[in-house]
Amino acid sequence: MLKMSHLSKVYRTHMVETHALRDFSIHVRDGEFVAVTGPSGSGKTTFLNIAGLLEEFSGGEFWLDGVDVRGMGDDARSRLRNEKIGFIFQSFNLIPDLNIFDNVDVPLRYRRFNAPERKKRIDEALTRVGLASRMKHYPSELSGGQQQRVAIARALAGSPRLLMADEPTGNLDSLMARGVLELLEEINRQGTTIIMVTHDPELAARAQRNVHIIDGQVTDFDDEPKLRTPNRDGSPAVAMA
Amino acid sequence: MFAYYLELGLRSLKRNPILTALMVVGIALGIAASMTTLTVMHLMGSDPIPWKSAKLHYVQMDNWSPDNPYNDDGRPPDQVTYRDAIALMEAGKADKQTAMFKISLPIQPQNKELKPFQSLGRVASADFFSMFEPRFEYGAPWNHDQDASHARVVVLGKDMNEKLFGGQDSTGKTVRMNGIDYNIVGVLDDWKLRSRYYDLTNGAFTEPDEFFMPFTTAIDLKQRSSGNNSCWKTSGEGWDAYLNSDCIWIQMWVQLDSPLRLTEYKSFLDNYVNEQKKLGRFPRPLNNRLLNVTEWMRDQKVVSRDVEVQTGLAFAFLVVCLVNTIGLLLAKFTRKSGEIGLRRALGASRREVFTQFLIESGVVGLTGGFLGLLLTGLGLLAVRALYTQYKSVAQLDWSMVVATIVLAIVSALLAGLYPTWRACRVQPAAQLKV
Repeated sequence: MLKMSHLSKVYRTHMVETHALRDFSIHVRDGEFVAVTGPSGSGKTTFLNIAGLLEEFSGGEFWLDGVDVRGMGDDARSRLRNEKIGFIFQSFNLIPDLNIFDNVDVPLRYRRFNAPERKKRIDEALTRVGLASRMKHYPSELSGGQQQRVAIARALAGSPRLLMADEPTGNLDSLMARGVLELLEEINRQGTTIIMVTHDPELAARAQRNVHIIDGQVTDFDDEPKLRTPNRDGSPAVAMA
Repeated sequence: MFAYYLELGLRSLKRNPILTALMVVGIALGIAASMTTLTVMHLMGSDPIPWKSAKLHYVQMDNWSPDNPYNDDGRPPDQVTYRDAIALMEAGKADKQTAMFKISLPIQPQNKELKPFQSLGRVASADFFSMFEPRFEYGAPWNHDQDASHARVVVLGKDMNEKLFGGQDSTGKTVRMNGIDYNIVGVLDDWKLRSRYYDLTNGAFTEPDEFFMPFTTAIDLKQRSSGNNSCWKTSGEGWDAYLNSDCIWIQMWVQLDSPLRLTEYKSFLDNYVNEQKKLGRFPRPLNNRLLNVTEWMRDQKVVSRDVEVQTGLAFAFLVVCLVNTIGLLLAKFTRKSGEIGLRRALGASRREVFTQFLIESGVVGLTGGFLGLLLTGLGLLAVRALYTQYKSVAQLDWSMVVATIVLAIVSALLAGLYPTWRACRVQPAAQLKV
């Protein structure tokens, strides 16, 4: 699903050169649920941004669902991002002046789906997260847990193959966090690959595989991934350092 | 996607009503100032008779003093002498021709309830009406025979007919002017000219003529011009001496229906002046001109320098308003960086973000345009109230309505370019982490 080989990311200013990722390699297979952990400033968010095609990388190779993304133009990257990736953010990132229906509609608009198709997908996605009855509500009228469910519905509506979650329960109390995590696990069981960045060891423990990043490099990983859905070729999913 | 972006633009305007109002009012004020002055300038300089302006030519001949030119820049005098006008009329070399001058006569109404009053009119030849094409409400122009017989006939303007006869058909009746009865042969319909281009020597934006009478009749009755009269040497005593003098007080127009006819007439005019030179007249070098209507309007600076400067200043004000709008749009779009980052993450390309925010700028421009149109209407109302001479040109026509809206949208799009470019450069990754 996602493969990075010897990838590097350097931030340059006229005074300083910062290596956010160096010689970074990882291979996430279809259907995996991978937790990416590491201390603050280790590079895990940079990894997530590059993996989500939100940021360019400085060197190395990166394939997303078999597509080499090196040198890809903005239009093509945006299209690929829209079709393949769903995002879930710590702070939900719902647009406050759009109701729930219209929030979930945003990625579908950029996909150029027609109105009936968009409506069908929105209905399905909101039903899946248990919020079909709230589609005319605005984000401010929902609890944090419900807002995160809307964000998950938005991420799912375009049927992405990969879900990128950045501290998805970071702004939720434990009860709501559990509910969101259970929802992510269910989504993963249904075949969607999930990469989740988290600080929380308990949360990471729920993933099939942990990847630990320190100073922009993968330092530790489970080499025996406990896949809920086996890879098509029967091979184990591994992370390469 | 256009409809979606339009909907987002409208939502965005509603979300920040104060900021939106500041931008819309800013653009509207700039647009109103620009369009008010531009409308006046546009209508002042517009071709008043586009279907035949190239065929109507104003005759100029340089009969002026050998020592002092009439104009320092070498342009010939703007009127002709009586004897030259008569010579050209009698030669009849043009397809149509009219000599004319402005006249002021006392009117003595038959209706005793009306007091006698002074009225401004025009003395012209019969061709005047077919050359400049005023519409008739009643009757028709006088004819060439009546020109030749110095007939006591008159054509009334609509307002004069309204005043004297309550707007009824007055043809066949008489009107007494300066103690002489004139038979009314026609009454003009409303003749709204943006500028009185056929006599720019007496001001382009003066009141319309109230009556018209034959040139020959007025000369017969020794009616002097009430317009401009210039002499470079004394004219001598008496009416006949005045008519034979080198004083200029007559405007001469000819209609030439083809370029060939223009060339022929120019040649005729040169020959005429050369013949006059042999008689001791026209001491200056040959300097004849046959300017058409639009050339004549430019020559006479119908659009004055003041109006051009005012228009320039108004557009400078629009630029100031747009700079203000750029600042406000920058503030607005900067506040939306989070949403921009999110939309980028959800699949919007830079191009799509650019389009969305440019359309939002266009919505601001469109709203500002409609408000600007309203303010332009008020501005023109004020111009008409303050400067009555401009009332014929301080009016919005359809082309200027469209121009106002287009200018507002283009201005807002230009103002939106930089903020929009900034918006589409937003790094999504930087906006999405809290």
